[in-house]
Amino acid sequence: MPKLLVKIALAGAFALGAGTAMAQSTIRIGLQDDIGSLDPARSSQVVDRMVLRSLCSSLVDIGPDLKFVPMLATAWSVSPDGKTWSFTLRQGVKFQNGEPFNASAVKANIDRARTLPASNRKSELASVDHVDVINDYSVNFVLKNPDSALIATLSDRAGMMLAPKSLANDADVAAHPVCSGPYQFVQRVQNDRVVLEKFAGYWEADKYPIQKVIYQPMPDSTVRLANVRSGSLDMLERLAPSDIKSVTSDNRFNFVSVDGLGYYSLTFNVGAHGPKALKDKRVRQAVELAIDRDAINQVIGAGIFSPANQPFSKSSSYYDSAIKTNKRDVVKAKALLKAAGYDKLDVTLTYGNSTASNQMAQLLQAMLSEAGVNLKLLPTDYAAALDAAHRGDFEMLYSGWSGRVDPDGNLHQFLTCKGNLNYGQYCNPQVDSLLDDARVKSGLADRKALYDAASQILADDDPIVYLYVQPWPYLLSKKVQGFVAYPDGLIRLRGMSIKG
Amino acid sequence: MLRLIANRILMAIPTLILVSMMIFGLQKMLPGDPVLAMAGEDQNPQVIATLRLKYHLDEPVPTQYLLWMKDLLHGNLGTSLRTDVPVTELIAQKLPVTLQLAVMGMIIAVGIGLPAGILAAANKGRMLDYGANILALSGMSIPNFWLGLILIFVVSVRWHLLPSSGYVAPSEDFWLSMKTMLMPAFVLGAALGAQLMRHTRSAMLSVLQADYIRTARAKGLLRATVVVKHAFRNALIPIITVLALLFGELLAGAVLTEQVFTIPGFGKLVVDAVFNRDYAVVQGVVLVTALSFTAANLLADVLYILLNPRLRHS
Repeated sequence: MPKLLVKIALAGAFALGAGTAMAQSTIRIGLQDDIGSLDPARSSQVVDRMVLRSLCSSLVDIGPDLKFVPMLATAWSVSPDGKTWSFTLRQGVKFQNGEPFNASAVKANIDRARTLPASNRKSELASVDHVDVINDYSVNFVLKNPDSALIATLSDRAGMMLAPKSLANDADVAAHPVCSGPYQFVQRVQNDRVVLEKFAGYWEADKYPIQKVIYQPMPDSTVRLANVRSGSLDMLERLAPSDIKSVTSDNRFNFVSVDGLGYYSLTFNVGAHGPKALKDKRVRQAVELAIDRDAINQVIGAGIFSPANQPFSKSSSYYDSAIKTNKRDVVKAKALLKAAGYDKLDVTLTYGNSTASNQMAQLLQAMLSEAGVNLKLLPTDYAAALDAAHRGDFEMLYSGWSGRVDPDGNLHQFLTCKGNLNYGQYCNPQVDSLLDDARVKSGLADRKALYDAASQILADDDPIVYLYVQPWPYLLSKKVQGFVAYPDGLIRLRGMSIKG
Repeated sequence: MLRLIANRILMAIPTLILVSMMIFGLQKMLPGDPVLAMAGEDQNPQVIATLRLKYHLDEPVPTQYLLWMKDLLHGNLGTSLRTDVPVTELIAQKLPVTLQLAVMGMIIAVGIGLPAGILAAANKGRMLDYGANILALSGMSIPNFWLGLILIFVVSVRWHLLPSSGYVAPSEDFWLSMKTMLMPAFVLGAALGAQLMRHTRSAMLSVLQADYIRTARAKGLLRATVVVKHAFRNALIPIITVLALLFGELLAGAVLTEQVFTIPGFGKLVVDAVFNRDYAVVQGVVLVTALSFTAANLLADVLYILLNPRLRHS
């Protein structure tokens, strides 16, 4: 009996100790958008991935330099024909419900992501024919055709592993996801917060000093900033560029910004519903030449909108340094328009309405007017802009893409004839074959040669004008230490701590 | 009395049906496709097709409405297209939050508006009257999202007196809950208090000119007694009508206030739902809002009867 009492007292004291430690090491993170689904198979938003990165481990991860690093898989290799990928799995990993992580768990997860009707991962995993369990800790992905983007796919949501037992009741997966990441799910209040707490059984738990994480969606950037200023948040993602000046002069905060994997761009509708003028590449080139990317960076980006001239950012191994950014040249732009038979041109620009995109549209309008292009602005809400894009009901579209680690994700679906996101309906068989080949080739050098060739054609054809690299600007209270910004924008809590 | 209540409830049914039809139609007229908004950045065609089928979005609009109606009669408001959570569950989660905000806002509005209106009427044409009028005018003309942002900057960012956002349930921590809700409730209550003050003032003024008030004064009754006991009670009927109508404005104002203070209530739910074309959620929220507005007006009718003995016997 006394033993039991001692045990209870000890447990109580331990809980108390843990309680105080928790109070001191909670991080509150402000997110730009409301969180969608926390089921890795269903999720479709960047902010979902911000939460999932701490909740669920994936087979591999990326480093800040975009190189793949081991996570649940410790090693991997691909067969010479490119059709079998073998993974060696980490031993001794537990899911947050105590289940062991092993090869059959990988198979269960991949099979689910490939077959679930509402899965957003189906197209990412389309190349996978089946998964073979070799033994408890090795697994083979057998492909229908070589797919060099597979490893990148498995570093994101498609490679995130849920506890097999938790998959039994599908409706519960999003409501209470059980994974093997460093933090486990506690609570979600729709439109308000997602709370995670440290998973003591994580294989690298000592690298995560923070005990509790609270993600709070706050779509209004002014409100988000006010909450960091008042101390209600410890950090926020996507600080508005217009606020950069006021925070960099404030010594209570650290401001960090990194070039992302995505970009903002202008898409010309060269398809059936598009205006005749834009089908002429000289007109598209004239529009590009009328744009001053440095002015965009300074005026709207406050210095964080790195000018872009291709779909890959400089941090990518696939960045083609041979492509030169066109400097603004109004005289040449006018000459090109004239050669195409236009003195003046009226074009409509469709975009999702926000303070930032309105500023951008107005700046573009001013720059293009000097070259004789009269831009009519058509701001709509995001859902309506998306709908117009799908129906091909626009002339020029200003939009952004959050970017993918593998170059395929930034190009193939946008510019191949049947591409899913090819809103401008650009179609060039030569580009198609280059981009299709790059999908199946393995090896960086071989692939890069193909992407370089495609990029050269696209830079001249100009179906999409890349304006700037999507940045990931963060604001952190000085209390937050050890934060490293990654080009994918996700917040990795490894090594992060709260001081004081 | 019971018959009156029963009558009113019966009359509310066609109103609610009409409201639901209107909101259904209006939503379908909005440009934008919920499935595209749901499918996220990748816009996977397979996912789009599955979702369209699952939520009957491939059916004609009248069929969709009837399907929704059928579920409604079974007590089912559908599931959120975006999060797969039943709408009834979302409403049960959010309604108490907005009700707390609305009730606190109402208390503040009444606490400011009634005394200010009475004082202004009793002191018509004097400094107090002008002062109250200026205050009311500013209360009505300052947009509440702006007032909210200014208060956040002054009270939370500069003075660190109150939390700048979020929500704590009273059951979790009563005082913290009150503290968190105080600023949003004030923002919401200020505009309504201003309107209430104007209405109270004019209702009181017209009553104060009545013959029986002059008689009461002539009898030698104290001015305060006349104002509060004789005049105010009679002025209450129009004030209650206004209060019931203002309740609707309160719910509408909550939409903006919740955005500014990131309170996870009805307003935030419906705004996010509209932007994501989450039809089922918008429908559910509007229906419940219309229902509570009807209930508030029913309560006003009952209060008339309690306040006015003449109505009780007719």
